[in-house]
Amino acid sequence: MHIVVCIKQVPDSAQIRVHPVTNTIMRQGVPAIVNPYDLFALEEALRLKDKFGGKVTVICMGPPQAEDALKKCISFGADDAVLVTDRSFAGADTLATSYALAAAVRQLGREQKVDIVFTGKQTIDGDTAQVGPGIAKRLGLQLLTYVSRIADLDLEHDSITVERRAEGGVQVLKTAVPCLITMLEGTNEMRFAPLENMIHAARYPVRKWNKEAAGIEDVTKIGLKGSPTVVSKVFGPTPRAEKALMQSVEDATPRDVALNVIQKIFTQHPTLERDILAKAAV
Amino acid sequence: MSEAEPKKPAARGGRNLELPEHLKAYKGVWVFIEHDRGEAHSVSWELLGEGRKLADTLGVSLSGVIMGGPDEPLDAIAKEAYSFGAEACYIIRDPVLKGYRNEPFTKGMTDLVNKYQPEIVLLGATTMGRDLAGSVATTLATGLTADCTELRIDPATRALAATRPTFGGSLLCTIMTLAYRPQMATVRPRVMRMPDADTTRTGTIIEDSLGMIETDIVTKLLDFIADENSNKVNLAYADIIVSGGKGLKNPDNFKLIWDLAKVLGAEVGATRPVVQSGWVDAERQVGQTGKTVRPKLYIAAGISGAIQHRVGMEGADVIIAINTDPNAPIFDFAHHGIVGNAMQVLPVLTDTFREHIAMRSRKAA
Repeated sequence: MHIVVCIKQVPDSAQIRVHPVTNTIMRQGVPAIVNPYDLFALEEALRLKDKFGGKVTVICMGPPQAEDALKKCISFGADDAVLVTDRSFAGADTLATSYALAAAVRQLGREQKVDIVFTGKQTIDGDTAQVGPGIAKRLGLQLLTYVSRIADLDLEHDSITVERRAEGGVQVLKTAVPCLITMLEGTNEMRFAPLENMIHAARYPVRKWNKEAAGIEDVTKIGLKGSPTVVSKVFGPTPRAEKALMQSVEDATPRDVALNVIQKIFTQHPTLERDILAKAAV
Repeated sequence: MSEAEPKKPAARGGRNLELPEHLKAYKGVWVFIEHDRGEAHSVSWELLGEGRKLADTLGVSLSGVIMGGPDEPLDAIAKEAYSFGAEACYIIRDPVLKGYRNEPFTKGMTDLVNKYQPEIVLLGATTMGRDLAGSVATTLATGLTADCTELRIDPATRALAATRPTFGGSLLCTIMTLAYRPQMATVRPRVMRMPDADTTRTGTIIEDSLGMIETDIVTKLLDFIADENSNKVNLAYADIIVSGGKGLKNPDNFKLIWDLAKVLGAEVGATRPVVQSGWVDAERQVGQTGKTVRPKLYIAAGISGAIQHRVGMEGADVIIAINTDPNAPIFDFAHHGIVGNAMQVLPVLTDTFREHIAMRSRKAA
C-alpha cells in the first residue's frame, strides 16, 4: 500500500506579531512548523502502515527551507519525502496549489500506485480547507473530508469505510480506494519520534522536484498566473468609533468598578437585566 | 480603516485581471441552501440576507439552490428562502441527493452554474459547504474565498470584494476574483446577521435534473449517527457568554470564568490558546477557527483581542473586557473596559452580579 500525505510548512501563528504602526507581519524569529492539522493526517497514515504495511510518502509544496518540515515527518516514521519547490509556484492561491500538488501526487503514482492521499483539515495560516478537495477533484479521487475515524479498510476489495463529521452528526461513508481523506483534528495523537529516527531524518535526502520533475504540464495553471483570486488589500482591524468606557482598578476599588459596570450595562440595556433575572429565577 | 498599503490589484506576473467577454453574461447572486433531515441550516438564511444586499447593489436577482431527495420538503424550504429574500430557487430532486455526498452534489451544482451562469455563488462554511465549495470551484476553475467576514461589491470593478482574516487571524485581507466567473465565497454560521423573514414574499421554482443514477456513485452513505443533544454546548446561540484567555495564567484560575457564568446563566467560552492548552473543550473556542457568537452580553477576561478571536465575537451587543494591559486591542472594540487583573476582578464581579440579581429578584417578588 502506498499512502501519500500532503503537508505544509507554516509560521507558528501563536507567535506571529503585527507591527502596530505599519500593520505588516513581523516574520523575523517566527519559527516555522509543520501545520498542526497535518500531523493528524500523518499519524493516521502511519497507523494504517503499521496495520497493513506499505509505504508513507510525505509531500510538501513550498520554499527550499520547507525541507525541515518534511524531515520532521521522516522522524515520525514517514518513509520518503518530496519537496515540490520552484520559483514559478510563488503567489499560488488554493486553485493553483491544488494543481501543482495534484501533478506531483500523480508523478508519485507513476513510481508506485497511490492508494490513499491524506491532508489535514486545513492549514493554520490560510484556514481555507480548499486544497484537499481541490487535489481530489483534479485526480478524480473519492473525497472524504473531516474524517474522524477510519472504521475499516479492505485492501482486497479496495474499499474503505470512514466516519465523517457533519453538521449535527456523523456520516458513515463507504467508498473505494484510491481516495483522498482530510483528517479531523483531535482524532489521534502523534507518536514520539525516537532518537534514532531523528538522526535518520536529519540525514535523509529529501527529494526536491521543480515544476518539470513534478510533471507540471500547463505553466499557466501554477503560481500567480494560475490563481483566480487577487488580494486587493491587507489591513488591520478598525477600532470601534466609540471608545470603550474605561475604568481601572488602580483608580477605584474592584468593588466600585464592578458596581459601576453593572449599573451602566443594565441602565443601557434593561432587557439584558430582565433576561438575567428570568434565568436566575428558574 | 488603517490600511497598510492601499493598492489597486495590479497585473503582476503576466496575469490577466480583465473579465473576458464570454464571462460577462454571468449574472445574478446564488446561495446554496444547506438542509439536513428536513431543516435548512440557518447559515443559508444569513447568506440570503447578505446576498440580497449584493444583488440589490448590482441590480440583479437573488436565487437559492436546493438539492435533495424527492421525499424531502424542498418546496417548503424554497418558500422559506423566498421569505429571506430569494426571488427564485433552482431545485434538483433526485433519490441520490438524499443525504449529502460530494460527488452528486458537486455535479448538480457545477451543472447548474454552467447552465444558468450566476456571477456570485455563496455557501456556508460548514463541513458540507466547504466540502462542496472546494470541489465546485476546482471543477469550474474559478476563485473561492473561504470564511469571509464581510462581502461587498467593489464599485470600480463590480466584483465581489470578500474580506477575511489572514495570517492566522492577525490581519484582514480583501480578495477579489476579477477574470473568472462565478465568484465564490463561503461564510461561517453566525458571522452575518439573520435577516428578518417576510412570509408574504413569493418566488419561482426552476426545476432541473441531475442525470446520475445510484450505480454511478462510488461513495455510499451507510448511516448517519446524530449527535446527542443532551450535553451539547450551544455557544453559537447563547445569550450571555463569559470567556477566558491565557491572561488567566492557569486552568485553576479559569474556574473563576465558570463561577461568573453560573451566576449569569451564561455559557463559557475561550480563546484558541486556552483550548490548545486543554483547559476547556474545543467546542468552547470562540473565534475564526472556533465558533462565531452573537450574544447580548460577552464578558472577556484575560483576552488580548487578537483578530482571530475578535471576528468570532465582535457582533455581541455588549462587550465587557478585563485586561491588565490598558493598550490591549480588546479595548478597541469592547464597550466597557476594566483595566485590572482578571483573577482579582472576576471574583468581585461575580459577587456583585450575584448580589444585584438577588436584590432585584427580591424587589420583583
